[in-house]
Amino acid sequence: MALRSLAIRKAIGLGKSVGLGLRGLQTVTLPDLPYDYSALEPAISGEIMQLHHQKHHQAYVTNYNKAVEQLFQALNKVDTSTVVQLQGAIKFNGGGHVNHSIFWKNLAPVHEGGGEPPHSSLGWAIDTHFGSLEALIQKMSAEGAALQGSGWVWLGLDTEFKRLVVETTANQDPLVTKAPTLVPLLGIDVWEHAYYLQYKNVKPDYLKNIWNVMNWKYASDVYQKECP
Amino acid sequence: MASAAAAASSAPTIWLTGQGLGGRSTRLPFHWRNKKMEQRKTGGRISAKFDLKPPPYPLNALEPHMSKDTLEFHWGKHHRAYVDNLNKQIVGTELGDGKSLEDVVIASYNKGDLLPAFNNAAQAWNHDFFWESMKPGGGGKPSGELLGLIERDFGSFEKFLEEFKAAAATQFGSGWAWLVYKANNRADVANAVNPLPSEKDKSLLVVKTPNAVNPLVWDYSPLLTIDVWEHAYYLDFQNRRPDYISVFMDKLVSWESVSKRLESAKAPAT
Repeated sequence: MALRSLAIRKAIGLGKSVGLGLRGLQTVTLPDLPYDYSALEPAISGEIMQLHHQKHHQAYVTNYNKAVEQLFQALNKVDTSTVVQLQGAIKFNGGGHVNHSIFWKNLAPVHEGGGEPPHSSLGWAIDTHFGSLEALIQKMSAEGAALQGSGWVWLGLDTEFKRLVVETTANQDPLVTKAPTLVPLLGIDVWEHAYYLQYKNVKPDYLKNIWNVMNWKYASDVYQKECP
Repeated sequence: MASAAAAASSAPTIWLTGQGLGGRSTRLPFHWRNKKMEQRKTGGRISAKFDLKPPPYPLNALEPHMSKDTLEFHWGKHHRAYVDNLNKQIVGTELGDGKSLEDVVIASYNKGDLLPAFNNAAQAWNHDFFWESMKPGGGGKPSGELLGLIERDFGSFEKFLEEFKAAAATQFGSGWAWLVYKANNRADVANAVNPLPSEKDKSLLVVKTPNAVNPLVWDYSPLLTIDVWEHAYYLDFQNRRPDYISVFMDKLVSWESVSKRLESAKAPAT
């Protein structure tokens, strides 16, 4: 069956690149922050927010687009070695873009609801799965503090069992790499660049203060979409 | 450990056999601070506590290339925490029975199935090695035998520089880049032993490692390292890791240390 369709494709001159060449390559772009760089102070300094967004996230975007462009060419040339070799750069930079895009949305200035605890169904689910909001916060902060090297700590929803989970991922691995059924509700960046200029080596203080600007409304919205 | 007694003398090239795992011997050069040897030398009880060694220069001595602030936090807080936490972790365990730091690193690496103490042990070792890889007024080019080997194994000093800087720049997340001397008796497969080691098995290599991992666990002899965890450069360079790497190579690297380490690594013929 496959051989036959390949033969047909060759016959009409489309060869191997049909589907890729015709559609063109889409790139990703750096999303805008929904608030000013200084809007999350004093929890996270404006200096950090600006560097984090304009330098770190921008670099992930730029390098992801570069890697995907190279992937596109390698796929067209059926250069399988290069396709495989590019996977690292795609995972690092694509993951960085995915994770940070979520991160900006799950933070909010205090005057826009940052820090306000979740109500309705997510609040109830948190109490059910973790005992209380305080217990969840403690667990996430502890896992974030214990994470060695670079990574993220997540509040996730297992869409198969409709269950909340706390997970960590290394480097820029998105939550979905832990299990394909996991949807991120909140993520906390514990790479040193996320807090170093302000908190230096005292990661636990960063993990304490970030809850003051946590956007539980975003988490609730995602939760309610998955668990109507 | 018959060699420990001999080590109390001032002979410069004594090889100490670590306890290692399953009879595997760890060959370590004398000058790499074998803690067990020091303890026996003083004739006291083995207390199995590691100390935070200061860098071999004042904390402001690397300015303006690496700020005093960075040294105060990097050595005074991060490195100190690795040592303090390691001591807490190993007390009363096999790892805290007087082994050298190198032996604790290898034992806790546990062939890749990391024991909890690995992170602190390896980071304690890595940072000692890092401070000693730099000096005030450092940089420039190596000379003598080291330069000869670099030219032999990389083509030129410039090509080595390129490869080392690229490794440091592309170690994603936290980690280290290394120049190592590969003189081991192992084939290039995890636990296999090369039955016929020859001169051509020995060479300089650039490797990069994630988080706390270091090339001791592969039985390589580290010669030079650069810390590329963000805490190493963020205060001075923020996101600009390539600039940090360039400044490190141009102004900080101590080729004297690297040469001495090469000498030790080569000293006993295999």
